[in-house]
Amino acid sequence: MTDGLSPDVIPVIPRGVRLHWDHVREKWVLLAPERAVALDPIGHAIMTEIDGARSFGTITTALADKYGAPHEQVAADAGEFLRGLMNRRILEVA
Amino acid sequence: MDGSEVRDWRAEGKANGIPAPIAMLAELTHRCPLSCPYCSNPVELAQKSLELDTSDWVRVFQQAAELGVLQLHLSGGEPAARRDLVDLVKAARDAGLYTNLITSGIGLTERRLQELDMAGLDHIQLSLQGTDADMADRIGGYKGGFQRKMQVAAWIKDIGFPLTLNAVVHRQNLHQLPRAIEMALEMNARRIEVAIVQFHGWAMSNRDALMPTKEQAQEASRVVAEARDRLKGQLVLDYVPADYHADYPKRCMGGWGTTGLNVAPDGEVLPCHAAQTIKSLKFDNVRNKSLSEIWYRGSAFNAYRGDDWMQEPCRSCDRKKLDFGGCRCQAMALAGDPNATDPVCVKSPLHAELQKRAVAFSHHDNAELTYRQQPPA
Repeated sequence: MTDGLSPDVIPVIPRGVRLHWDHVREKWVLLAPERAVALDPIGHAIMTEIDGARSFGTITTALADKYGAPHEQVAADAGEFLRGLMNRRILEVA
Repeated sequence: MDGSEVRDWRAEGKANGIPAPIAMLAELTHRCPLSCPYCSNPVELAQKSLELDTSDWVRVFQQAAELGVLQLHLSGGEPAARRDLVDLVKAARDAGLYTNLITSGIGLTERRLQELDMAGLDHIQLSLQGTDADMADRIGGYKGGFQRKMQVAAWIKDIGFPLTLNAVVHRQNLHQLPRAIEMALEMNARRIEVAIVQFHGWAMSNRDALMPTKEQAQEASRVVAEARDRLKGQLVLDYVPADYHADYPKRCMGGWGTTGLNVAPDGEVLPCHAAQTIKSLKFDNVRNKSLSEIWYRGSAFNAYRGDDWMQEPCRSCDRKKLDFGGCRCQAMALAGDPNATDPVCVKSPLHAELQKRAVAFSHHDNAELTYRQQPPA
């Protein structure tokens, strides 16, 4: 898979990136160097699962269970989302 | 300030289609040990005795967060010239702002960086005037500056601050661009901003000395595109292309009065850092009005919102929502009319002449640099 993420990697939110409740626009944003990324509810659900310890596979299994969605679909969507953040240096993997 | 008042301004703004700003540039001081000939500060610098004090800035940061600002850029001049910098960073973080320090590095010691770390500073943007001491110290007009900057970069790396290297490039140093990109990697920077000098402020006096040739501008675009591809996921490259050689103008601040605001050292609130060159505009000051009132009601912010102000060919142009007719300050500087089409645009009657002048500027090989001066005490 070139655009997704391997289940074994551990996503890590690096220093200088944080979730923030934007009380004016009433939505979650990811604050990062020179960027504010507006999160939809799915993006927010993915980001809140990232704790720097659990693997991507564990995270997508948890999300699939929690939202009753097919695991393959969750892994593909979340992988694409997180890969996009990695390309912008807003997320790292261990 | 009363929170309900902010909500009233916001409701009124929303009804008029005015979004809340995302970013604020706080120009803490115009003082700076460097004297870069392309400095974006106004030619008339604010004197030290008129600078806002600590409590003024703390109030402004709180008002900015209430207004909807997410990102705060602490800039100058050199923001490290403010003795209260650590306290200001702490206050900005306490207000909930993402806090970025835009610095040359001069004035930052290891101890001070550790204090900024403790205060919660989120990110540092370090400027680069050249990739070796000869170039950097000559362009910055400050002997020994490059060596000190490299020491500061090492401390930033040790502490682990997220870093953006900000390489300002022009005819005299564009050949160093590949090395600047390598240096960003060596410093563990996540991002590099490659900004070809834009001609505002002090740079207007240096068009002869700094204007890149058209070939250099094209080569810079090629180097950036190649590095973006090669370093995907490792280094993010932001790029501000050369201006006069282009066929379409840049988006004015992402839309005048829609995205960001500047607070000058003396408290004047500006839609962009060059706005004071438009003499017909009147600016409000945070000393006597709230930031919300200034943003939503201030005449300078409303001057170029929407498109009622536009002339032809902008008014009927299908690109008007893309670039908003270009830069108002550039229209003022080059066409003598802030409502005119930015002469960089191929549709401007002044475009052909500007392109010719750009080529002429770029071939003045012996032009001397005019350095930025210091503000009066």
